[in-house]
Amino acid sequence: MVTVLARAGVWLVVLFLAVIAAALAADGGFAIHMAIVALAAFVCLWFTLRNTDYAAVSRGIFRMPVDEGRYDDDPIRWGVIATVFWGMAGFAAGLFIALQLTWPVLNFEPFLNFGRLRPLHTSAVIFAFGGNALIATSFYVVQRTCRARLAFPGLARFVFWGYQLFIVLAATGYLLGITESKEYAEPEWYVDWWLTIVWVAYLAVFVGTIIKRSEPHIYVANWFYLAFIITVAMLHVVNNLDMPVSLLGSKSYPLFAGVQGALVQWWYGHNAVGFFLTAGFLAMMYYFVPKQAERPVYSYRLSIIHFWSLIFLYIWAGPHHLHYTALPDWAQTLGMVFSVMLWMPSWGGMINGLMTLNGAWDKVRTDPIIRMMVMALAFYGMSTFEGPMMSVKSVNSLSHYTDWTIGHVHSGALGWNGMITFACVYYLVPRLWGRERLYSLRMVNWHFWLATIGIVFYAASMWVAGITQGLMWREYGPDGYLVNSFADTVAALHPMFIMRAFGGLLYLAGAVVMVVNVWATILGKLRREAPMRDAAYDPVADRPILAPAE
Amino acid sequence: MTSMTERHKTLEKNVTLLGIAALGAVVIGGVVEIAPLFWIDNTIEKVEGMRPYTPLEQAGRDIYVREGCYVCHSQMIRPFRDEVERYGHYSLAAESMYDHPFQWGSKRTGPDLARVGKRYSDDWHVQHLKNPQSVVPESVMPQYGFLADNDLDVPDIAANLTALRRVGVPYTDRDVKMALADLKAQADPEADAGDLEERYPKAQVRDFDGNPSRLTEMDALVAYLQMLGTLVDVDGAAAQEELASERGR
Repeated sequence: MVTVLARAGVWLVVLFLAVIAAALAADGGFAIHMAIVALAAFVCLWFTLRNTDYAAVSRGIFRMPVDEGRYDDDPIRWGVIATVFWGMAGFAAGLFIALQLTWPVLNFEPFLNFGRLRPLHTSAVIFAFGGNALIATSFYVVQRTCRARLAFPGLARFVFWGYQLFIVLAATGYLLGITESKEYAEPEWYVDWWLTIVWVAYLAVFVGTIIKRSEPHIYVANWFYLAFIITVAMLHVVNNLDMPVSLLGSKSYPLFAGVQGALVQWWYGHNAVGFFLTAGFLAMMYYFVPKQAERPVYSYRLSIIHFWSLIFLYIWAGPHHLHYTALPDWAQTLGMVFSVMLWMPSWGGMINGLMTLNGAWDKVRTDPIIRMMVMALAFYGMSTFEGPMMSVKSVNSLSHYTDWTIGHVHSGALGWNGMITFACVYYLVPRLWGRERLYSLRMVNWHFWLATIGIVFYAASMWVAGITQGLMWREYGPDGYLVNSFADTVAALHPMFIMRAFGGLLYLAGAVVMVVNVWATILGKLRREAPMRDAAYDPVADRPILAPAE
Repeated sequence: MTSMTERHKTLEKNVTLLGIAALGAVVIGGVVEIAPLFWIDNTIEKVEGMRPYTPLEQAGRDIYVREGCYVCHSQMIRPFRDEVERYGHYSLAAESMYDHPFQWGSKRTGPDLARVGKRYSDDWHVQHLKNPQSVVPESVMPQYGFLADNDLDVPDIAANLTALRRVGVPYTDRDVKMALADLKAQADPEADAGDLEERYPKAQVRDFDGNPSRLTEMDALVAYLQMLGTLVDVDGAAAQEELASERGR
């Protein structure tokens, strides 16, 4: 009873402070945000006072089983649901802004203009979809590979719910025009502070679990998760050193300006890709690919080399976002050289993942989840070749500022991050909910093909758009004058933008199939379907080819 | 190689060592690349003409940031013949030295804006922001008519200047004291602008949104757009000579 009162007291204080802050807020956006915080505190207070067992609620709605085993899986189940939910939100936002670029009449000023929705899309996909996937899988993997129950169970739940509050504040902020305008670090100062607190708690839970381990060694996946958590903390704090205008207002000005501001931002931005979207997802790869393939990781030695070289080299690559700008030449060249070197450890990771399938390659034919993992690794390999190529200054002079960059990002995000996450979700859901198998493997296959064809449309149309744009900008006529006005180049891209939106639609459709499949699995349904396996045996076809066809 | 994997086992068995080693590996690159920018003198070449933004320009800049204009418009002209002919002289580091945050951008769905100041009339900007397709039919830009309806509502402009001063923008005490008066005077031809133009050389004082009776967000944004790239005389003979003598930084 005393603890209930103490907890209720904390929520009451938070509620009280948030209401005061909302009342005294310097601007409307800050007031709305404080109202959201007050609402969250009120809901927590309500649950505390009613003494509601929220785990029981979740067991009712989301059919979550009681954890009787040695692992604490409730935060992971929540994380999987959040991953799927935010994924849908992020993909839908992406499709909508793709359509806005095609038909600008779809902009609804001021809240739903492209400029406010685009950060909503990128943050929803990277931080809400990707971030939840990372937190959920890291909690799953660290328990299994350490054979230890999650440390600080209360704190783990705080990490999950605190992170959702961060997402809600960031997303509503963009719609209200609360932004620092630093790409992938747009949330304002108080949201940054909140994320810092949540992130430290995340580190504590993760490291605490490793310390509790009953395995002598720390498994390779955990190295990657650890490097991701530590580095993101460093990047986040340094890139968000801001001076708030008022402690009761949303506006702040960053500490760094101009050249220094740009390099700090892209040091952050590139390593948000390098550590959030690469190191963290490689950790997922290192656990789930061997598990699903039922084969050990291809090379332990390669894991060591590629881990250390990847994390060391990635940090240097940021300046390739600033080629030919006012950033000093030496920094640009350094960034380019390290970006090209980065190709090697990136492919080291891809090779380690793909070669793990040695002796199990037949599963690509029979297991659509393995097929997704292989496709994810293939896209990882392609993007990490394309990236170093685009960081070469002469290539960059054409590709920079164009849609080629957008295509590159999406072949990585949709192909690598998306596909590996879907595969992990399909792996996790039956295991976390104690189901015999997924509702339908054939639906996984549908998802695979919708997503793959969607990415092909997306990447191909953006290559064509980007190179068209770059070439049209620099096209000179025989008279020595520029041939195209800027507006001409915009008009020329229209067909490619339609194709891109179509690709996005296919990708979203695949995700809808996943939602149905995951939901039916959670409900415990099993679709009666013919199993996915090899083609029927045909003795006539089973003969050696003796001579090459004429 | 066995010895490497053997030695690596020390790290694999101790999460503290592993974490410290990982942090060490990721700190080096950032330190080597970023730290020198703060002490190498020629990172930002000194040029004549740079000054902090006037309160109205800064308010416009904050709207530019709020609406996410940087998502589609860069403010960084690269030193290529086509870019210099299309947008003007390539951007200098000094030109964004008071930009908290920088707005170089990363994508040109629309054209670069680093030197858009004084290229179009105020009327054109207002019309274009209200309905871009009415002046550029191919445009995919959203409409920003609401800017003309919204009064410019900055809770405390002096606080904004104070915050900027704390991060290194050289506003004087008088600039901060006069902030609100400056904000209003710059968009009102009837008002007495006082020493605004002495403290902020090349400041453009006029009604920007075509509605002198109100101070709107449109006033502020157009005032910002109209000053972009106008402070440094990059095309003057002296400047050209100076830039020509510049050696690889």
